[in-house]
Amino acid sequence: MNGTTAHSHRDYTGSKIGMWLFLFTEFFLFFGPILLYSIFRFRYPQAFIDASLALDTGVGVFNTALLLTSSLTMALSITAMQRGKKGTTLVLMGATVLAGAVFLVNKYFEWGAKISHGVYPGGEALEGVKDGGAVFYGLYFFATGLHGIHVLAGMVIITVAALLVHEGRINSNDFVKLENTGLYWHLVDVIWIYLFPIFYLVR
Amino acid sequence: MAFEGTGEGSYLSAEPGKGWLSSWLLTTDHKRIGVLYLLSIMSFFSVGVVFGFLMRLELISRGPTIMEATTYNSFFTLHGVIMLFLFLIPVVPSVFGNFLLPIMIGARDVAFPRLNLLSWYFYMAGAALAITTLIIGPADTGWTFYAPYSLRTPSSASLAVFAVFVLGFSSILTGINFVTTVHRLRAPGMTWFRLPLFVWATYATAWIQVIATPILGVNLLLVMAERLFGIGVFDPAKGGDPILYQHLFWIYSHPAVYIMVLPAMGAISEIVPVFARKVIFGYKAIAYSSIGIAAVGSLVWGHHMFVSGFSYTAAVYFSLFTFFVAIPSAIKVYNWVGTMYKGSIVMDTPFYYALVFIFLFSIGGLSGLILGALSVNVHLHDTYFVVAHFHYIKFGGAAFGFFAALHYWFPKISGRMYNRKVANYSLLFLFIGFNTLFFPMFVLGYEGMPRRYFDYLPQYADLQHLSIVGSWILVAALFTMIGNLVAAAFRGKTAPSNPWGAMTLEWQVASPPPKENFGEIPEVKRGPYDFREGP
Repeated sequence: MNGTTAHSHRDYTGSKIGMWLFLFTEFFLFFGPILLYSIFRFRYPQAFIDASLALDTGVGVFNTALLLTSSLTMALSITAMQRGKKGTTLVLMGATVLAGAVFLVNKYFEWGAKISHGVYPGGEALEGVKDGGAVFYGLYFFATGLHGIHVLAGMVIITVAALLVHEGRINSNDFVKLENTGLYWHLVDVIWIYLFPIFYLVR
Repeated sequence: MAFEGTGEGSYLSAEPGKGWLSSWLLTTDHKRIGVLYLLSIMSFFSVGVVFGFLMRLELISRGPTIMEATTYNSFFTLHGVIMLFLFLIPVVPSVFGNFLLPIMIGARDVAFPRLNLLSWYFYMAGAALAITTLIIGPADTGWTFYAPYSLRTPSSASLAVFAVFVLGFSSILTGINFVTTVHRLRAPGMTWFRLPLFVWATYATAWIQVIATPILGVNLLLVMAERLFGIGVFDPAKGGDPILYQHLFWIYSHPAVYIMVLPAMGAISEIVPVFARKVIFGYKAIAYSSIGIAAVGSLVWGHHMFVSGFSYTAAVYFSLFTFFVAIPSAIKVYNWVGTMYKGSIVMDTPFYYALVFIFLFSIGGLSGLILGALSVNVHLHDTYFVVAHFHYIKFGGAAFGFFAALHYWFPKISGRMYNRKVANYSLLFLFIGFNTLFFPMFVLGYEGMPRRYFDYLPQYADLQHLSIVGSWILVAALFTMIGNLVAAAFRGKTAPSNPWGAMTLEWQVASPPPKENFGEIPEVKRGPYDFREGP
């Protein structure tokens, strides 16, 4: 162990350990609604299938493809940084933020369509529904909403990281902040990879 | 600051170019952050004590005495929220973990100093929110926020729940920081089995904080979403299930008991060998039992729910694991006693506090086994017996462990020595007051007095009165104990660097420690309790 790294704040492995621990807590955060989903699905199988069929799989697939691509651009931006190509890094980070924004816009229209039909917690279409349909949409809005907040947070973090790249405070010698930013974005992606099938595909 | 000017170049001396206020509120020094936590946590502790004291006083006669039933509901909620989330969960890790962990492993600071400061601000924000609920109409759900009542109550439960969520953030960040620090910043030669046992305990606690807190966090978010939008997962009227709330709540909140008590146990494991002048008996057993408690303690949450109507099979399993978790706790008690055996014991204040901890914690632990048995639990569930049990664990255990730690490390933190005679007599009256207050509750509970009731039947009056007298003694003793330390912080005699003759690294630096902890990072060549060569 190297004790002298304490004050230089450049402990690469330490930063990574800290970030992974944080991601760990994020997984547990989403573990809650996913656990509840599993239990309620077991309890109300037919209502969950019916409710799931009402979701637009096309939008879901498009959004999944979009997030996967944004993970690629994020990973490429780190490689570009390691090779010292600052301009390429910034372009790729911009593409990632853009993809996140398009994802949220899609989500807005998807939610908007549901809400206009009264399919939301407290909405008229779910009033008095006790067979599990209301719970499905409760969990759907909660989980995708929480995920949406994470997408937004990820976009803010990438933007801040891009400013640091621009100022040269993240550079080809010291890019652990960029790597951790990337890890956060991949987390956002991976969580969607779980949410997408359980709400849209498992029928 | 109270202790200022007690040593040249100490962490308490003024920082050139920085105002006094900003040198504290913007500090990234783990020692100053520890002191910030100490002062803020003690303030909230006093508030919690006042609520507890008034709740007891209310029961001095039957019917409404000094408050109405609804006020009583708010009082037990706030007493619980403050004592658990603002005092017991953060106190030992955030105060002593912050102050001591880096010094004990031979580091200059924690791995993420700025994150450390941020976590104090999260703590203060959460505390401010909790105090705000006081003004706008306190929650009346109890600290457990059980659904479906917490979904319906008109009180400000959303804000209280959000306060606890923010406090969880603080706890997670501290946990991440400590795990990383122990992995990355140990001095050369500081191998895992040369770590002081306090570090082991704090490390195990940090893992529980990281693993368990997010579950509580999302559970509280679900309650808020339920209250604001009515998502229905816990609401039976919409097809939801309130028992699932209890599961998710206790998945965190049972391990949280170990977040409270493990670091206190770590402090006791430091104090006992120092005053027995003997290497700790069963170092590895104590270290592994910390991890064992953290692991098995994560699998016993169902014992809070035996009468909730959940699966009987699950209840049997949870009861079995509850008995298992007593094993690592008992290992620690045996090892502390084993350490004292044939030691050359020096009786001094911190050691007295440690002895009281061991005694009270043992009563708390053994009464927990009674509650862990399924058939007995049906009779005792939600009675004063439970109240007595968890106060013996959390107050008699965790809080007395904190008091022991406070008296042990006070000279190191402040550079001054307190009046030991006053501290010893305070302890005596704390002990008398505590047992007079809580022991009658075991009997009351066994006779059927339910918890959280604002009134009682005439046959419980005598023991209720005895318990109330105990609360007066306890509060008076707390007052003298804390007053003694505050007086010492201002006017105490200068303390030497190693007043107790301990071997761990924090006692090898000056009191109070210098800003950078060590001039040069030390090389560690022996275990933490190796007294053969003397300090």
